[in-house]
Amino acid sequence: MVYHNLKALIKGIRSCKTVADERALIQQESAAIRASFREEDTYQRHNNIAKLLYIHMLGSPAHFGQIECLKLVASPRFSDKRLGYLGIMLLLDENQEVLTLVTNSLKNDMNHSNMYAVGLALCTFANIASEEMSRDLANEIEKLLGSSNTYIRKKAALCGLRVVKKVPDIADHFVAKSKNLLTDRNHGVLLTAITLVTEMVQIDAGVLEEFRSAVPLLVRNLKSLVTTGYSPEHDVSGITDPFLQVKILRLLRLLGRGDAQASETMNDILAQVATNTDSSKNVGNSILYETVLTVLEIEADTGLRVMAINILGKFLSNKDNNIRYVALNTLNKVVSMDTNAVQRHRNIILDCLRDGDISIRRRALELSYALINDQNVRILVRELLAFLEVADDEFKSGLTTQICLAAEKFAPNKRWHIDTVLRVLKLAGNFVREEILSAFIRLVAHTPELQGYTASKLYLALKADLSQESLTLAATWIIGEYSEVILQGGIVDEDQTVMISDKDVIDLIFSVMDSPYANYLIRQFVLAGITKIAARSTTSSPEQDRIAELLAKYTSAPELELQQRAVEFASLFTLGETRFGVLEQMPPPEIKTTVIGVVSEKKPVGSTTGKEGDLIGDEIPSASGNNGPSADATAQSNAQMLLDIFGPSSSDSAPATTPAQQQKSTVNDIMDLFGSSGAGTSAAPSSSMFSSTPTPSSAFPSTPASAFPPTPTPAAAPAVQNPQQQKLTSYPAYDKNEVKITLTPQTSPTKPGVVMILARFQVTGSEEASGLSFQAAVPKSQQLQMLPMSNPTISPGAVETQQMRVVAPVGSNVRLRLRISYNIGGQTYQDQVDFSGFPPGLTGTPSA
Amino acid sequence: MINYLLLVSRQGKLRLQKWYITLTVKEKAKVIKEVTALALGRRAKMCNFLEYKGRKVVYRRYASLFFICEIDENDNELFTLEVVHRYVESLDRYFGNVCELDLIFNFQQAYAVLDELVIAGELQEPSRRVAFHSIKASDATEQEDELTSAIKAANLL
Repeated sequence: MVYHNLKALIKGIRSCKTVADERALIQQESAAIRASFREEDTYQRHNNIAKLLYIHMLGSPAHFGQIECLKLVASPRFSDKRLGYLGIMLLLDENQEVLTLVTNSLKNDMNHSNMYAVGLALCTFANIASEEMSRDLANEIEKLLGSSNTYIRKKAALCGLRVVKKVPDIADHFVAKSKNLLTDRNHGVLLTAITLVTEMVQIDAGVLEEFRSAVPLLVRNLKSLVTTGYSPEHDVSGITDPFLQVKILRLLRLLGRGDAQASETMNDILAQVATNTDSSKNVGNSILYETVLTVLEIEADTGLRVMAINILGKFLSNKDNNIRYVALNTLNKVVSMDTNAVQRHRNIILDCLRDGDISIRRRALELSYALINDQNVRILVRELLAFLEVADDEFKSGLTTQICLAAEKFAPNKRWHIDTVLRVLKLAGNFVREEILSAFIRLVAHTPELQGYTASKLYLALKADLSQESLTLAATWIIGEYSEVILQGGIVDEDQTVMISDKDVIDLIFSVMDSPYANYLIRQFVLAGITKIAARSTTSSPEQDRIAELLAKYTSAPELELQQRAVEFASLFTLGETRFGVLEQMPPPEIKTTVIGVVSEKKPVGSTTGKEGDLIGDEIPSASGNNGPSADATAQSNAQMLLDIFGPSSSDSAPATTPAQQQKSTVNDIMDLFGSSGAGTSAAPSSSMFSSTPTPSSAFPSTPASAFPPTPTPAAAPAVQNPQQQKLTSYPAYDKNEVKITLTPQTSPTKPGVVMILARFQVTGSEEASGLSFQAAVPKSQQLQMLPMSNPTISPGAVETQQMRVVAPVGSNVRLRLRISYNIGGQTYQDQVDFSGFPPGLTGTPSA
Repeated sequence: MINYLLLVSRQGKLRLQKWYITLTVKEKAKVIKEVTALALGRRAKMCNFLEYKGRKVVYRRYASLFFICEIDENDNELFTLEVVHRYVESLDRYFGNVCELDLIFNFQQAYAVLDELVIAGELQEPSRRVAFHSIKASDATEQEDELTSAIKAANLL
């Protein structure tokens, strides 16, 4: 059946028992409406469109009514126009071509004799006008802004808003007219005019300057709203026109920002609003909230600022969750300007983490990240870790990142840092980003004192829980890498040490492989881990056989990456001695600037014993035993800085020299490694110098001594000169102003492409050179690491040195760009030279 | 600026939709579905603000209806609540103790009331009296118009 009018149709649809019935009815009715449209039935058109709009609301297609709406709009009858424009607003949008057909109707109706018809046209324009339509009708709108009718003026102002949003470059059309509107007595016109001006000053800086002169006027308007008594027309719970007040405050914020004079003009009224507005209702709070935002953005005096922050403090302790939400939201903006003011409310903010409302939790969480500093890091990270246990899954990834970032930035010592990350891995190991994991592994690699401790903790954690992906990955890697440390030293658990056998370790790792949680990545890690374990002297031969067996099993794995790894690792087993060289402990990876920053190296290591539980305990940072490795690491980050200096933005050499001087004591430690007397012979350090440095975690892993197998097999070192016969030659790189620099390259046959270079600095005259800064850069295809200089001041007769390491593609030539600056004889010199004087073949021959 | 306003029943049925930003039909349907689910799932004591895809959504429940709107990043949430409240007040005054059925059967009027309050996503009239008067005057124009055309039609016969 066909329903004769809208009411009947709605009743019919509502009486449908099932969704299918409803759908069938709608389809039937749509078809009837369509048929009626085709017959051009003018009398039914109004009715049909009304029914169609209802069908549209239920989610069924109604686009076929678009043209009919246009026809309705063209009708002289007001009721047809009303429905037609409603239909256009619902069925059309600015991206549809049919809309261009509406332009003419709009133009006609904007000049209609009935103000309500004009109102309909303006309303439709303001809601859906396209860019083209805005250009076409901008003049009409401008004209209507000057209408004598307030009903039309206020609507035209918001049409103006639509125009400037769609076509920002014709904003200046409206400047003069909207200036007049700001003096309007009618609140509706004033409100819309302020809205329009707010948009224009954001688009165009010139317009912003022009409207600064309106500040006194706006202040007067606001003042009269605040001081007039009860006005029935505009009263909302005892406040006169809060809507207008909020809009004025918002415009004042834009006009006062960055302008001391304008800010000065509005100071008093802002103070008045802030003190006199009743904060017991939402209306009053909406004004206070807007006032706070304005005070914080303009050049307000300190008293006013304090007042604003106090209002936020009051908001924070409000029982209404809405108010607390906006307070947290606003404090987020304040925290970068005035952290101390926000720190005072730390406890309330932390309480909000436990609020039942996810919106509040989200805001509080964001704010607590911003509050962490080196004084409160222990407390806040403890709170965040506690929250991590109960947090919504959607927060976890961000939380783990933020906790680890905070730990990295503010950790009081490395022990605490490692403990924190371990806890994160345990609690939310499935929500840890890859960068966090690799930063953790870098951290452990750079902290030899805690490698056993970390490996123990991971061993125990992995035993307890195989389901946390990142924990499994970290544990597999670290146990694989440092298996001999836990096998020799035992597992440190709650102050007691338990010895474990190699079988225990391998059982555990195998159980990872068999667990249902093992994914592709985990199995890759496992294969690499067990291969390394097998190569360690602490692993007995039956266990090595088990590992070989597992590898053999995976040589036919269907997943390509696993198969490839298994095949490669299995063939390593046949290579005898070479295998141990390849699989020995990794050098600590280069410290990179990742999203989560650089591993900080200035921290004391912290105690290596004790319970994991005392994350925030008052342990005394232990300064012992951190010299060598951490100095290495500083040197590396230092080298990173030097490389950064060669970046396009900065040519300032100051940051390079300062850290070098700060690190002088550690630098000396390092230089000891290179031999007792810096002022040695011109024959550069021979490999014997290195051989006395048993630093497994040295930044320069490929020191010939440790890399060389005692008896190099022909297969391992083909076609490279025997190191014993290798002559170390110095090449002059720089000789100017009585400063001479030579470079001595040294290569290792097992690591083709890695060139160690020793730079030697001398003064040839009798004056000493001070403040020497030596920077080097390599082409993009090569990598460079530098240690700090032995001494930035070169006395006559002394030789200062600096060690560099270049990793270049095999067969390429090592080229360096050097930048040198120094003071000599009271004069400062800065120089840049390119150096490519090394013999070819230094980086090995590609075919070998 | 209000980006859109949705009126949704407690059962999740859409009763009114007004879009001040341009989205495709598909996108609109997705937003309606997801935002509705978020708002309906919240308990009474919770705050009236949501975050949906990084954007601020303000909602408030009046009897069986949820009024939901999305606003810009820098907008005042408390102010938006007042605007929504003003709309509810106007509906109440227009229909006389408004209920969900009024809005279902007279959705055109519900839109008309909204159009006198908010256009282009911004509040246009802070006075209850003026807004109410405008709607009534439009209705009167419509009736007058019907009357004249009826008389004309009668004359023609």
